Amino acid sequence: MRFALSEDQKMLQDSLAKALAEASPLDRVRKFAADPKDKAADIWQALVEFGLPGIVVPEEFGGLGLSLLEAALASEALGAAVAPVAFMGVVLGPLALSLGGSEAQKAEWLPKLASGEVVAAACISEQIAGARDGAGVTAADGRLTGKALFVPGGGAAGLLVVADQAGGLHLVRGDAPGITRALMPGLDDTRRLAELTFAGTPAEPLQANDALGRLRDAAWVIVAADTLGACQVMLDKAVAYAKERRQFGRVIGSFQAVKHLCAEMVAELEPARALVWYAAYAFDHAPEEASLMAAHAKAHTSEIGRFIARTSTEVHGGIGITDLLGLHFWFKRIGLNRQLLGGPERVREIAARVQGLIPA
Amino acid sequence: MDLTLTPEMAAFRDEVRAFLAAHADDYVAGAPKDPRAWQRLLIEHGYAARTIPRAYGGYGAEPDILKGRIIAEAFIAAGAPRGMAGQGISMLVPTLLEVGSEEQKTRWIAPTLRGEILWCQGYSEPDAGSDLASLKTHAVEDGDDFLIRGSKVWTSTAHLAQMMFCLVRTEPDAPKHEGISYILFPMDTPGIEVRPLKTMTGQAEFNEVFFTDVRVPKANVVGGRGRGWFVANTTLKHERGMLGDPNATEARFETLVQLMKTETVDGQKIVDNPVFRDRLMQLQARVLAMKFNGLRLLTSAQTGEPAGLAGLVVKLQGCELNHQIAALAIDALGELGILYHDGPHLRAKGSWQRNYMFDLGLIIGGGTAQIQKNIISERGLGMPREPSSAKA
Repeated sequence: MRFALSEDQKMLQDSLAKALAEASPLDRVRKFAADPKDKAADIWQALVEFGLPGIVVPEEFGGLGLSLLEAALASEALGAAVAPVAFMGVVLGPLALSLGGSEAQKAEWLPKLASGEVVAAACISEQIAGARDGAGVTAADGRLTGKALFVPGGGAAGLLVVADQAGGLHLVRGDAPGITRALMPGLDDTRRLAELTFAGTPAEPLQANDALGRLRDAAWVIVAADTLGACQVMLDKAVAYAKERRQFGRVIGSFQAVKHLCAEMVAELEPARALVWYAAYAFDHAPEEASLMAAHAKAHTSEIGRFIARTSTEVHGGIGITDLLGLHFWFKRIGLNRQLLGGPERVREIAARVQGLIPA
Repeated sequence: MDLTLTPEMAAFRDEVRAFLAAHADDYVAGAPKDPRAWQRLLIEHGYAARTIPRAYGGYGAEPDILKGRIIAEAFIAAGAPRGMAGQGISMLVPTLLEVGSEEQKTRWIAPTLRGEILWCQGYSEPDAGSDLASLKTHAVEDGDDFLIRGSKVWTSTAHLAQMMFCLVRTEPDAPKHEGISYILFPMDTPGIEVRPLKTMTGQAEFNEVFFTDVRVPKANVVGGRGRGWFVANTTLKHERGMLGDPNATEARFETLVQLMKTETVDGQKIVDNPVFRDRLMQLQARVLAMKFNGLRLLTSAQTGEPAGLAGLVVKLQGCELNHQIAALAIDALGELGILYHDGPHLRAKGSWQRNYMFDLGLIIGGGTAQIQKNIISERGLGMPREPSSAKA
């Protein structure tokens, strides 16, 4: 029994962090955030060289064939770097194909997803977080009609995985007729969400009974890990600033009022890290627990994320809320993750349901 | 990450389960029928005093943290009582093994393990709580003896114990941390008075102990004169580990789940109330996070890597969580949660109410939450130390 990352897993995380530090430093993130025309193609190219697009694509289709734990570690590194990457689709696209794709569908798409030539996005928000503003997609006779909101990376994706209102999954080519895409300007400018409208768009069904549940669990773990990475950076920045900033003739980190805020962030973050690791591990190795653990990982990181985002900002004092410092990129990243695919209250309700505390 | 057991460990788990099944008649409702006989049986099979050398009355196994956990889990699952875990066994014995003289180890460890000698711990004083090193109980030299004067507080089991391990200032001219000795003496020595200390639970879980010229041989010092602070710190480590035990928290959480699934208000189960259900789920996430944090610590202990921040947060978070679990149980009970002591409507013999109050004491005891935050920020994050803080 070993509850720890392997050397390979640590190396994956470290090397991805290094690649992101080079390809996506904060100045580069700022540029992306300020310019809707910026597609961050240079950052994507660096990640293609790293092999990230194929992280969960099986090796036989040209991917790295890694598990959700490695994907979660990558997500954590992306959150730490507030990287402008629509990673959700990088995981959910191949996963949907692996779960429910025909051999022909896998052969057509998985190699392109692995190479980064095509990027996928998942339109599953309505089925998981609930439908807003009348959104929802219906399927009939191989065609999709309706709206899907809050699709990460949906503005540019070349392949769409779409959940219909009955919980069925469909594969839609990005260039299929009848798709209208509109960006949904949001709080977090490091990731772009899109509203997709389908008007009789041709789609291929994916076969798999519980595929949507599996996609949901994977997505929650990926979002939780992104928050974890962003939280760690906010904590580190707060501690570093408190050791440096002087007031009343001493560094503010020597005041218990400030030290204790930092200690409280640690006390929330460290156990949450173990929970996220376990949720990712359970997805592949303990399927009977996977939904419960994914739900708790998502909801709990949302709660501690809110606490750490505001506390780190407070430790920074006035400079913490300025655009100049840029701490707000992490604050907003954590904020988006909290709401995306269900806020904690809704997710905890599902946690109660999947363990039988209330009827399914 | 690999949470499966090797065949060797799975076989060991089966062996523990078989032992518990074979001896199911020796305990009832989680308590042994004959505590000392049970303790001897556990030592004989290596389920208590497992790593303590045979020469001192233990089982003499090589330390294996995973086997220790397998034993703990099997006992919890079977509802079987663990070995004795008084302050003598969990704090004094590890200290003697580390720094005691051969004579001290031979004399004290075996009867302590067998439950024949009960110990109490004389650390805190009225004016030395978080700042323990400022303690004032002192010893005057008289030939080969010390005469001990002063008082201790928060001394659990002092009214039952035969022996005390005590921190006493023996070197009045030495600096604060270097003037203390760790010393052992019988509780029936003339000059010792024990007064029960009743707490908000209504029970006397603690005592005050007063010393008037208590004569103790100098040979009873453990680890050398003036070394008591360092000797005591070896045991405080053990205490803090004990106070945040995630297994105990998980067991208590399961009891709370059962409570909320069975109690009804106007015919509706508590768990069907979305507000209470949400609170339950929030706590479950925390219980799981602490459980997995514990597994992570287990692995770092096995591989010899430092536990780091994950270890420093256990006491703070674990004790807080226990208190929160009791708080939700009381809230879920509604007006029934008011009841205490006795009576036909009282649930679980008032244990939720008692835990709610007693666990607040544990947030304070063993290093307060605020001291824990100092430790996390200073040792864990390298932030500046408190100018006058004790080296706790």
